[in-house]
Amino acid sequence: MAGVSEAATGHAEAHAHHPPYLQHHFVSAEQQFDAAKLGMWIFLATEILLFSGMFVAYAVYRVWHPEVFQAASKLLDWRLGGLNTLVLLASSYTVALAVHYAQLGDKKRLVQNLWLTVALAGVFMVVKYFEYSEKFHHNIFPGGNYAYEGLQLPYVGQFFSIYFVMTGIHGLHVLVGMGVLTWIALRAQRGDFSSEYYTPVEISALYWHLVDIIWIFLFPLLYLIH
Amino acid sequence: MATQTVATATTGQPEIHYLNHAKGLKSWLLTLDHKRIGLLYLVSVIFFFIVGGILALLVRAELFEPGQTLMSAETYNHIFTLHGAIMIFLFLIPAVPAVLGNFALPIMIGAKDVAFPRLNLASWYIFWLGALTMLVGIVTSGLDTGWTFYTPYSTMTSSGVTWVALGVFILGFSSILTGLNFIVTVHKMRAPGMTWSRLPLFVWGLYATSIVQILATPVLGITVLLLALERIMKVGIFDPALGGDPVLFQHFFWFYSHPAVYIMILPAFGVISELVGTFSRKGIFGYKFVALSSVAIAFLGFLVWGHHMYVAGQSATASTIFSLLTFLIGVPTGVKVLNWIASLYRGSIWLRTPLLYALAFLFVFPIGGFTGIALGTLGLDVPLHDTYFVVAHFHYVMVSGGLLAFLGGLHYWWPKMFGRLYNEKLAQIAALLIFVGFNVTFFPQFILGTQGMPRRYFDYVPEFTTLHQLSTVGSWILGLGLLLVAAYLLHSLFKGQPAPANPWGAGTLEWTHTGRIPSPHNFERTPVVTRGPYDYHLAEEIFGNGHGDERRTPTVTPAQGQAQH
Ligand code: HEM
Ligand SMILES: [Cu+2]
Repeated sequence: MAGVSEAATGHAEAHAHHPPYLQHHFVSAEQQFDAAKLGMWIFLATEILLFSGMFVAYAVYRVWHPEVFQAASKLLDWRLGGLNTLVLLASSYTVALAVHYAQLGDKKRLVQNLWLTVALAGVFMVVKYFEYSEKFHHNIFPGGNYAYEGLQLPYVGQFFSIYFVMTGIHGLHVLVGMGVLTWIALRAQRGDFSSEYYTPVEISALYWHLVDIIWIFLFPLLYLIH
Repeated sequence: MATQTVATATTGQPEIHYLNHAKGLKSWLLTLDHKRIGLLYLVSVIFFFIVGGILALLVRAELFEPGQTLMSAETYNHIFTLHGAIMIFLFLIPAVPAVLGNFALPIMIGAKDVAFPRLNLASWYIFWLGALTMLVGIVTSGLDTGWTFYTPYSTMTSSGVTWVALGVFILGFSSILTGLNFIVTVHKMRAPGMTWSRLPLFVWGLYATSIVQILATPVLGITVLLLALERIMKVGIFDPALGGDPVLFQHFFWFYSHPAVYIMILPAFGVISELVGTFSRKGIFGYKFVALSSVAIAFLGFLVWGHHMYVAGQSATASTIFSLLTFLIGVPTGVKVLNWIASLYRGSIWLRTPLLYALAFLFVFPIGGFTGIALGTLGLDVPLHDTYFVVAHFHYVMVSGGLLAFLGGLHYWWPKMFGRLYNEKLAQIAALLIFVGFNVTFFPQFILGTQGMPRRYFDYVPEFTTLHQLSTVGSWILGLGLLLVAAYLLHSLFKGQPAPANPWGAGTLEWTHTGRIPSPHNFERTPVVTRGPYDYHLAEEIFGNGHGDERRTPTVTPAQGQAQH
């Protein structure tokens, strides 16, 4: 039982000097960090599965009506979509920098990069807003509500159902991400994080990368059909 | 969460435990303690089980005689739909994981709590938010689509599909959060010495369930969301009138809902393993096989959804493949059943109420499973599809998995939850009533199905009357048994005899290393695990060194239980 009692005392010691961020039910900061990170990875898996349902619907309708998808895709502006792709890629870079500076304990650059990421996400949403309003202006609505004179084909409505649902849910994720990153930025300003403890920065960055990656798939699949 | 004192019998202090360390409604509604959250879920699912049960009795009452007796055909459609939707989404899916799992899993692996206590509490609130959203639809306009929401009917009906679909979407988050929490907890929160091969089988069952919950639920989420959007803004993915494809809906729906039957059954398998292990005093035969077969079932479960669509216009090739895969899933399931039987064989059987439920399960579940194989056969499914044979099949699996295992587990962990015993004799009578009532209700339905009685009809030809009446009488016996359970458990809650810390002489940590009622943080010190959960020959703290006749009277007292190392 020698090894056994060692483990027990090790635990008692960890109790003695709790860092303030360590929640009570964890034994050590590493355990808390690992748990949070694994939790976020699992959450990201559920997100991918949520989108995968829509990707399947996309695949089915595209295989059935390739020519309709080609024609409908032309109604989307690939330049705006491309711009947004660059914007999101840049935001992934800034959020990665934020994690990097969090690890170094550089509070100023951490905060800067977090706000930059939020700003880029804002640009994305503004561009999306213009895209959507242009579509609505031309009566391009999902499914049964599609009424654009310039392109009348059976199943065009399906393309736009998929377009609006996928980009709509993606846009919601961007909004949620902006909220989360704003909160993290405020906490960072308050000095909640250090090179020992930056878990929230790291896991929100993971989430943000996912939002980015999903867009990387959406962009070519919706905007660049030839 | 401030108090950390653990009273032991030796010090003579008043006991401080998770039930009494903080008082008042607020201390319950804002609790982060996994045990209290388990109890919040317990009250919730029992409430919905009663509602669903009353609806079931109404369905059976209408079918007592041919023709319209109690309600119109339209009302009947609403009643059976509500019964199914409530039982599945609000009782079966959360019952075992969120109640028993929440209560027991962290203690079983030697943790103070789940990895994310806040998310755990959030999942309970989200559960109620989803339930109330469903209720808005149900109260304002009812629901008459069947719990499967098949399009195009579900996009056309004026009943409350939109609200219910959104409610199911919200409930999905609750289920995902529980699953996510359990996976991380099992990976990261195990006590020193709690290796994967020392995990109690209930934990393995919950782990496999959690995998299914996180992989399947998002697909249901997007499916019902698309269904709601279909009705709100005509997106036309599923509705043929808008150019959509109703078979696609069925693919999406069953991609979740076949795995969902494993969300209901895998935790039940885990409960049965604990009961068989504890009450046969022999350890589980083939522990590794029982543990890993749960994981195998979880993965195979994702590959068989097409067996619900043999007659829905799926290609013959696809049907054949789905049929073969369906047979395959019988293998790990069979491994489990045979291993339980082997575990009981020549064990030192202690016939207590929890084991009675396990034995009932071992009788009922294989009937459900074998008829599942029958339905998985292409040729047989064509005439049997959408008949009472299917109704009987899934009740044999779901009631055995959902209800018998839940009741068995509840009777098993009850003394640990509340520190009190219940009346054993009444409990055994109730278990018998439930077993008999269940079989009388559902066995005749197999026969009705083979004779051609279709599912979801409120009327039938007079030839079926006897079997239907038998079934209805069975439902009364079943109801009576459940009432009896409610009565003696309520009595036990207030007046029951105090239970010792380990009344069953079980070998898992929640029995060996906590007080009569666990303290707020479960353990005074993180336990160190030195043996497997069913290694009774090593369990000196339970049986002393020589364990001949002492097997049945565990020597452990609360004090000893606490004072390990
Ligand atoms: C383990 C727990 C199980 C549960 C909870 C369960 C539940 C269900 C439910 C609810 C249905 C009816 C679906 C509907 O509304 O149409 C169903 C049908 C079916 N089940 Fe199971 N099932 C289980 C296990 C199995 C197994 C082990 C098999 C085969 C190996 C199986 C094969 C089938 C088939 C083929 C059908 C379709 C019958 C038809 O609609 O024609 N099930 N099951
Ligand atoms: Cu199935």
